[in-house]
Amino acid sequence: MYSKTVMDHFKKPRNVGEIEKADGIGQIGNPVCGDMMTIYLDIEDDVIKDIKFQTFGCGAAIAVSSMLTELAKGKTLEEAKKITNKDVAKALDGLPKNKLHCSNLGADALHAAIKNYEDRKAGKVMPDDNQEDKHEHDHDEKCYCPYCDAELGDGQTFCKSCSLSEEEPA
Amino acid sequence: MGYYNLDHINFKHLVPEASQAMIDAIKAEYGNPSSQHQKGDEAREVLEKSRETMARLINAKDPREIVFTSCGTESVNMAVKGLAWARQDKGKHIVTCNTEHNAVIRSLRRLKQLGFQVTSVPVDKYGVVNPQTVKRAIRESTILVSIMHANNEIGTLHPIGEIAAVCREAGVAYHCDAVDSVGTLPIDVEGLGIDLLSFASNPFYGPKGVGALYIRRGIGLWNLLDGGAQENRKRAGTENLVGIVGMAAAAEVAMRDMEKRIEHYKSLRRHFLAELPKYLEDYLINGHPEQCLPNHISLSVRHVEGESIVLMLDEQGFAVSTRSACASGSLRASHVLLSTGLSFADAQGTLVISFGVDTTTQIIDKFLAALEESVKTLRAISPLYAAAQKEKAGK
Repeated sequence: MYSKTVMDHFKKPRNVGEIEKADGIGQIGNPVCGDMMTIYLDIEDDVIKDIKFQTFGCGAAIAVSSMLTELAKGKTLEEAKKITNKDVAKALDGLPKNKLHCSNLGADALHAAIKNYEDRKAGKVMPDDNQEDKHEHDHDEKCYCPYCDAELGDGQTFCKSCSLSEEEPA
Repeated sequence: MGYYNLDHINFKHLVPEASQAMIDAIKAEYGNPSSQHQKGDEAREVLEKSRETMARLINAKDPREIVFTSCGTESVNMAVKGLAWARQDKGKHIVTCNTEHNAVIRSLRRLKQLGFQVTSVPVDKYGVVNPQTVKRAIRESTILVSIMHANNEIGTLHPIGEIAAVCREAGVAYHCDAVDSVGTLPIDVEGLGIDLLSFASNPFYGPKGVGALYIRRGIGLWNLLDGGAQENRKRAGTENLVGIVGMAAAAEVAMRDMEKRIEHYKSLRRHFLAELPKYLEDYLINGHPEQCLPNHISLSVRHVEGESIVLMLDEQGFAVSTRSACASGSLRASHVLLSTGLSFADAQGTLVISFGVDTTTQIIDKFLAALEESVKTLRAISPLYAAAQKEKAGK
């Protein structure tokens, strides 16, 4: 199901963990969609000196996080902003089609962490502000109904035609 | 390194009796059971003998109440759609529950497109339907109740005798999807008063791709497959005789060994649950503790995601699943687990572990050690685990 590169990153994930006193933190996804990812950045002179991740998710989500940290490490912020979810999937020699939306959040988490760093610098947020994901789905792809693949609105877990209940009997 | 199957809900080996019977059937070069000549007679005899075996397996009064199909899903489709079409003049309302298999859910969804109404009743925290809730959901226009026996994800058994009684009293047909229990647990369609019962061969160590539907005498169904007069005119198409012979052979073994197998499964389950706390903390066991399949465990490992555990265990030589194979194409948390009140995160971290006749306590011990290792690795990566640890330390 997964490419060799994906399995390698899943079995031996790179840059796992938390950076204490990180300069930027980005969190994306939530357990409703199945995957959740946190990226920690250590930034010096606008260069990503160190990057670490924590991920709750399937094999693909863990491999994506690991590959993303490898792609971003040592890059300038301007370079890192250009990394896309597609780049990460490509570097992993592809992902199964059904994993392309919810599991492929790496670049979004990285961009959120960079934004967090820039906001802190601009004084818009404090370092210890809660970085909880607002589940905005600012990545291109949306969430889909597990049964019929219809596009779902915010907070919906099944689409209307797939939820069987017409009414709950008293 | 050995590879151990702890995913028996999704695949089982053939019992030797079944494979031998199938090899013999292939070599016998039977004719077509519908033919008028000697070769046809031979084939018909084998077919009808297999049908009698199926009737004994579920205690059907008359073998003619058994129709062979291509799988459990076909049986379910035939029962649900066939009954709905046949009775649509009497009413268009069907009652089911929130934790059914996709074969039922999607058949009903198709019927909804054709103007039928469906009421899906909730389950309690163990995944059990209350027969009184079913009773309240039945209305004047109700023609069918479809509620499964053993749930394929959490192993919970519904009180099908009581549900059948409610349906009988209301004059509504009762279909039971018993694919995951027939051949493992004793089922008595006569004693329970079930009208339609779907089952399949592979869950009791028979070949894949053969199933059967029990249709109580007097219950009329529209055919799913129209054509010839096979299967007492209820399912057209040449029978899969080799598969049917294999199913019957596996059923004979299942009846012979049922008690022994159940005892074996129960002792494995007890061992698993007693040993588990030595290897793992922060987990949930889903489903009903007693009213459940004896060889089935649904385990939610908190703070990690199920598929990643399955992949790690696969590397270490153990096959388990996150849920039934039929649903694993979808990435969302299981509708069954959510219906029992589990949170999304816990539902995502759920493994289905199912034992077989060859499973031993030694295999379980090895598995638990591998599970401990995999969970440790994944929790070290998990932001949910880190957050939970911080919260614990804060308290």
